[in-house]
Amino acid sequence: MNQRGKFRLEIDPSGKESPWWVTVLAVVLAFGLVAVFIAATGKNPGAVYAKMLGGAFGTEFGLTETLVKAIPLMLCGLGVSLAYRIQVWNIGAEGQFVAGALAATAVTIYLPGLPFWIALPLMLTVGMLAGAVWGLFTALPKVLFNVNELIISLMLNYVALLALDFFVFGPWRDPAGMNFPGTRPFTAEESLPVLGATRLHFGLILGLLAVALAAAFVKTTRWGYELRLIGANPEAARHAGINIRGHIVVVMLLSGGLAGIAGMAEVSGVTHRLLYGISPGYGYTAIIVAWIARLNPFGIVVSAVLFGGLIVGGYSVQTLGLPSSISSLLQGSVLFFLIAGSILGKVRVRWN
Amino acid sequence: MELITQLLIAAMAAGTPLLFATLGGILVERSGIIQLGTEGLMLMGAVTAAMTFLATASLPLTVLMVLLVTGLMGAFHAFLTVTLRANQIVSGLAMTLFGAGLSAYLGKKITGIPLQGAVPKIDLGWLDPVPILGPVLGHLDVFTWASLVLVVLMTLYLYHTSWGLHLRAVGDNPATADVMGIRVQVFRYGCVILGSMLMGLGGANLLMVFSPTWIEGMTAGRGWIAIALIIFARWNPLYALAAAYFFGLLDSLGFRLQLAGSPIPPYFLKMIPYLLTIAVLIFVGWRTKHKLSGSPMALGVPYIREQRF
Repeated sequence: MNQRGKFRLEIDPSGKESPWWVTVLAVVLAFGLVAVFIAATGKNPGAVYAKMLGGAFGTEFGLTETLVKAIPLMLCGLGVSLAYRIQVWNIGAEGQFVAGALAATAVTIYLPGLPFWIALPLMLTVGMLAGAVWGLFTALPKVLFNVNELIISLMLNYVALLALDFFVFGPWRDPAGMNFPGTRPFTAEESLPVLGATRLHFGLILGLLAVALAAAFVKTTRWGYELRLIGANPEAARHAGINIRGHIVVVMLLSGGLAGIAGMAEVSGVTHRLLYGISPGYGYTAIIVAWIARLNPFGIVVSAVLFGGLIVGGYSVQTLGLPSSISSLLQGSVLFFLIAGSILGKVRVRWN
Repeated sequence: MELITQLLIAAMAAGTPLLFATLGGILVERSGIIQLGTEGLMLMGAVTAAMTFLATASLPLTVLMVLLVTGLMGAFHAFLTVTLRANQIVSGLAMTLFGAGLSAYLGKKITGIPLQGAVPKIDLGWLDPVPILGPVLGHLDVFTWASLVLVVLMTLYLYHTSWGLHLRAVGDNPATADVMGIRVQVFRYGCVILGSMLMGLGGANLLMVFSPTWIEGMTAGRGWIAIALIIFARWNPLYALAAAYFFGLLDSLGFRLQLAGSPIPPYFLKMIPYLLTIAVLIFVGWRTKHKLSGSPMALGVPYIREQRF
C-alpha cells in the first residue's frame, strides 16, 4: 500500500515518542488554521491574537484570571490523565466537576453557619466524594459488563448538568436573587482564602499539591508501576497477573475525585455560589490539557496555564466583535494537529 | 388508534436525525474504523445547512454543502486513522471538540434565525384511509424518506452484494481481505467519508426539520447517543431503524409529558434519553457478556500490511 516508487513510508509501532517541538508545531499550526477562519470573517488575525495574548498574560488582572482558570483545568486534566494512562477514556470530567460543585454547595444549603475549619474541609471532602462517585458510575458498567466508558461518561455529563439546572432554578434558588439562577452567596466561612486583592484562591495550592502527589505516586509506587505497565501493554499486564479491573475502578475514583475537588474549589473560591452554567467546558478542555502534556503531571501544570490563558484571551476578543467560542475552536485544532504530529516519531522513510 | 399514529409521527421526527447518524456510524465501523466525531459532524452539518439555506434558500445546494463539508472532515479522519494510523479515539474526540468550536464560531451570526419551509413534504394523501400507517407515511418530508431508502439500500448492500461481503471482510479480518485482493484502505477511506457525510446529514435533518433554528450545541449529545445506538443495533441498519425510533419515541414522550403539565420537573424528563442510553448499554453488555456483540472483529485496529512486531 505504501509502495510509492522511490521511497516507502513505514510505521514502526515501537517507535519513540515524537520530539517536543512537534507539540509546539501543532500549536503553531492550530493558530494558523484558526487565523484562516478569522480572516474569513473579515478580521485581522494578527490583531486578534495580539489582543488575546495581551488579555490573558499582559496585565496583572489578566494573569491572575488565567491562573484562576488554570486551577480547574489542572485538577480535571490531572484526573483524566490518570485514566488515559491505562486507556480508560474518561470524558466525563465535566459531569464530575459539576457533581463536586453540587455536593459542596449542598453543605452550605443544609448545614449553614458552620465555622470555616469545619465548613471548608467538609465541603472539600463531599465535593471530592461526589466526583468520585460520579466517576464510579462510569467505572462499574465498564468493569462489570464491558460497557464503553466514553459514552457512559459523556451521558453522565448531561445528567449532571441537568441536575445542576434543577437545583439552581428550583429548590436552591436564592429567594433574594431576583429570579437569578443561582444559590445564595457563600459566607466568608464557606469561601476558600484568596491571595490579597486578587481572585486567585487556595485551589491553586490544592492543584499543585495534587500534581506533585500524583507524580510521586506514579513514579515511585507499585501502583504507579502497574499503571505504566497496563498503559504500555494491557495484554502483558494481564498475563503478569495485574488486576486491571481493580485499576480501572481506582483510576476512575481518583479521576472523578480530582474533578470533584475542582468543582468545589470553583464554587468556594471563585463564584462564591452555585450558578447556572458553572463550567465553561472545563471538563472538555481538560482532555486537551492532559493530551498536550502527554499525560505528564508537571506538563499538565504548564498546559493548564496555557489553556487558562486561551479561555481568558477568548473573552477579551469579544470586544473586537468575535465570539468567545474562538477559544474552543483553537482547542479542537490544537488536538487535531497534535494527533497528526504524534505519529511523526513513528514514521520511517526508506529510500529504495 | 389516533394516539398510536401521533406517537409514531413524533418518534419518527425525533428519531430520523439519530437514524442518519447511526447509519453513518454503522458504515464507518463496518470497515473497522471508530469515528467518535459524530457529535462534531452533526453540529457542522447543522450549521452548514443553516448558513447555506439562509443564504441561498435552495435545498439541493444546502445538502450539497453539508455533504462537502462533512465529507472533507471525514476524509481528514480517514487520513489520520487509515494512512497515519493515529489513535482513532483521540482523532474522533478532536473532531467533536473542533466541530463544536467551529460551528459555534461560524453560527454566531445566525443564532436564533428560524428557517422556514426548508424541507418539502411528500404528500400521499390517498394513503390516509389505511389504519395507523396511512396518515404516518402520507405526510413525510424528503429527509425521512431518504433515511428509509437508505436503510433498505444499506441492508441490501451489506448482506446481499459481493461488495458488502468485501466490506464486512475488511472490518472483520483485514489481513485475509487483503490477501483476497480486496483493497482494504480504499474501503476504509470510502466508508469513513460516506459515513461522516451521513452523520452530517443527521445534523442537517435535525436543524431543517426537527428544530429549525440554529443554536450553539443544539445536538445536545445526540451524536453520542447515535454511537450507543450502533452497539444497540448490533451494526445492522434494520435494527438501527427500530433503535432510532425507539429513542425518538422516548425523547418526544418526555417533551409531551412536560407540555401536559406533569408534576415531574422538566429537568428530570430531559434526562430520560441520557439515562436510557446508559441503561441500554448496560443491558447489551450484560446480554453479550459471554457472547459476540456483533461488532466487527477488527474494530479500532489499524491495518498495516507486513506489520512487524
